[in-house]
Amino acid sequence: MSHTLSMTAAIARHELTRLFVSPLAWTLLAITQFLTALLFVMSLTDITLNPQHLNAYDGVSELVGAGMLRFVTLVLLLVVPLLTMRMFAEERKTGSIELLLAAPVTPSAIVLGKFVGLMGYLSLMLVLIAAMPLSLWLFTPLDMGVIASGLIGLWLVMAGFVAIGLFASALTREPTLAAISSLGALLALWLLYALSAIDWQPVLFGTPIKVGDFARHLSLISHDNALLHGMFSSADVLYFLIFVIAFLALTVVRIDADRDWPCV
Amino acid sequence: MAHEEHSDLLRAQGLCRDYAGSRVVHDVEISLAGGDVLGVLGPNGAGKTTILRMLAGTLAPSAGRICIAGADLRENPIAAKRHIGYLPERPPVYSELTVDEYLGFCARLHGIVRAKQRAAIAAAKADCELEAVGKRPISHLSKGFQQRVGIAQAIVHRPDVLILDEPTAGLDPNQLRGVRALIARLAADHSVIVSSHILPEIQAVASRVMIVNAGRIVLDAPMTDLDGQATALEVGFAASPDAATLGEQSGVTSVEAISPGRWLLTLDPTHADIRVALAERAAADGWQLNLLSPRSVTLEDRFLRLTSGDSSDCMPDETP
Repeated sequence: MSHTLSMTAAIARHELTRLFVSPLAWTLLAITQFLTALLFVMSLTDITLNPQHLNAYDGVSELVGAGMLRFVTLVLLLVVPLLTMRMFAEERKTGSIELLLAAPVTPSAIVLGKFVGLMGYLSLMLVLIAAMPLSLWLFTPLDMGVIASGLIGLWLVMAGFVAIGLFASALTREPTLAAISSLGALLALWLLYALSAIDWQPVLFGTPIKVGDFARHLSLISHDNALLHGMFSSADVLYFLIFVIAFLALTVVRIDADRDWPCV
Repeated sequence: MAHEEHSDLLRAQGLCRDYAGSRVVHDVEISLAGGDVLGVLGPNGAGKTTILRMLAGTLAPSAGRICIAGADLRENPIAAKRHIGYLPERPPVYSELTVDEYLGFCARLHGIVRAKQRAAIAAAKADCELEAVGKRPISHLSKGFQQRVGIAQAIVHRPDVLILDEPTAGLDPNQLRGVRALIARLAADHSVIVSSHILPEIQAVASRVMIVNAGRIVLDAPMTDLDGQATALEVGFAASPDAATLGEQSGVTSVEAISPGRWLLTLDPTHADIRVALAERAAADGWQLNLLSPRSVTLEDRFLRLTSGDSSDCMPDETP
């Protein structure tokens, strides 16, 4: 167990080093920060020009905080596949995966290490993003509960996206294929959320099927939505936990099977 | 033979590997004792890489088992892999990292304790003559240096068994000599399995040679058994005697006609040199000797014979 942990730490540290010596990580960080800042400034301008939008229910924390974090989720949709495609797919392509497969390391440690490494990078991104709404605290009272739960939600969304991205990456040796398929999967999750708004109840064997409800319970985004509104429920957190563990487990299974059925 | 002992460092039994329904490696048996340098020789596509990947644990055999230092590679992969250093066909480097960063990761990956990491990395760099490039990104290094980084990665944890897949592929003659000398140095305290499709590579470093063709081992013998074994003599006469007369000469085991008046005499290796006797006999009987050239059946002859055309006919009698 301690061996797995120390190997996980070694691989996570390695992934972080690799990220920060590559221009990709810095560029993604910069672009995300730039786009988010743009939205942040725009929503602040909107509030200054139309202060009537602020009312008893939607304060600054809600309008700026939640609105901005929702936008970050959209950016992550594009950023995460670019990061996860480097993990297994690109390593297969360059041959460096052989180092990991030949080393005295379990597949779980490899997958977990890569997950932790990427989450370390994304956590830094989260801190930089959080700095923006938190800077408003200097000028106006903020609902810290709403912002904190929104940030936790964003962090959980990151974990979910990374888990899916890692699994997609483990399925192929083409980095572009890995990026496109995880983007597709993430967009499908997004669409599932849109589906939850549809009030369509087809009747099957005399029982009305609540398609909207199903979609809402399955979609990653709708679970995040509650958190963005400051409703911290353990059910939502549990959903993310199960989601992440499930996809990481699938990734471990695929990497373990690499020895028997190499990826073509 | 030494490699039949039970103290084998590495032992592979009945290794087979199937790809998409067809068998590409058949019943490979390998045993490697401490200090052995096993050269795996074969034409491109013979299955060398597949065999080495199975030994290194990055590819599971479809049948058969592998034991490394007493640990079964399938049942106890972590324990078995601690004893292996592996250089795949392409060096498994992260080109964005510097040599030091990369070797640091390899040391941690092989569980070298923190206190010993620095010394282990320094030793591996010294062995591979990488001291001068420690701070340089691997992507800035030449192919030869990248290859050496790959070898440094394989030896950083001082494994008992070193598996090198075509370590000299794509190198220029100078780099080639450097890597060859490095392998010879490493052979002093590691058991090495090295593969190549180039014969002199193997001849230069190996103490045992294994020739692979079409996924089967067609020859497995110590190098000393192969050098200068089964010597032959090529002779020519202007007034040639017949084959039977030549065959009567003591020390000659068989006679083969090459062209009119030219013969290839296969000699009994235990018999004393017959050249002087043969020349005197030719002078006495007026055969008019005009060619007397010793030929040894080299590893190259064997390699060509074993790996060209149909391999099935030389399979049983060539395996000692």
